[in-house]
Amino acid sequence: MATMTADRVVDARGQMCPMPILSLAKAMRELTSGQIIAISATDQGAKRDIPAWAEKTGNILLETVEENGILTFYLKKA
Amino acid sequence: MSIDTPLPIPPTLTPEIEAYIQARVDALTTARLQQLVTDQVAEAMKRDPAKNKVAIIASKGTLDMAYPPLILASAAAAMGEDVQIFFTFYGLELVKRGGAQHLKVSPIANPAMPVPMPNVIGMLPGMTPMATWMMKSQFFGKHNVATIEDLIKECQDLGVKFIACQMTMDVMGIKADDLIEGVEVGGAATFINFANEAHVTLFV
Repeated sequence: MATMTADRVVDARGQMCPMPILSLAKAMRELTSGQIIAISATDQGAKRDIPAWAEKTGNILLETVEENGILTFYLKKA
Repeated sequence: MSIDTPLPIPPTLTPEIEAYIQARVDALTTARLQQLVTDQVAEAMKRDPAKNKVAIIASKGTLDMAYPPLILASAAAAMGEDVQIFFTFYGLELVKRGGAQHLKVSPIANPAMPVPMPNVIGMLPGMTPMATWMMKSQFFGKHNVATIEDLIKECQDLGVKFIACQMTMDVMGIKADDLIEGVEVGGAATFINFANEAHVTLFV
């Protein structure tokens, strides 16, 4: 269940590694600092990949929600 | 007070007091030095040019071995890294015009295939196309894995630099016009020069 509102929503469901990360990186480019993005994915590898991506790029992972096998990550642009 | 001006030594400075002063000075100096070194190292790490560079060699021209360099390169680029792939020997196939679409999986000497095939069967006509079809449609296709052409495009969109090996091109009679758009041509020194400044270097 979504607990916060996002400025941009990316649907990466059905995408396999590395596509969710690529979709996220591209969408993030269009945001400005402080804006929030929500990305949903079914690739279970995203559980580790998205936090790793956030750590490397300095963007902030605010929340991860898992529901019926769908992972939704909320990130704030640094 | 200037440290150059010696303090008048009190007449009562006993060896015990002297030893105490020495111990205090040592402790404070050590702590201060450690802090200074830590700060300097942290500052230097921030400026480390190798921190954000990834250098990859793609040397294989089969469908299965085309994936790792492209997946890692695109992921690294998405993480903000400066990435170069050096395509050499059979790896050049990936950046030849029309090459990526025609990559195949060899069933020979490939015992880890999902449906393993004895080499003596794998060598029969039609077995390589069959293994390729199986990989493409039954495994990658069913799971919606990106195609090699897609990954090449993603890499280029994300700014991954493609370098084709000059020597391989000369030996195999490949011209710059035979390569896809945006590929530069270089030699071993070109790659080493970049790899020298990259913490992550991979040979595939």
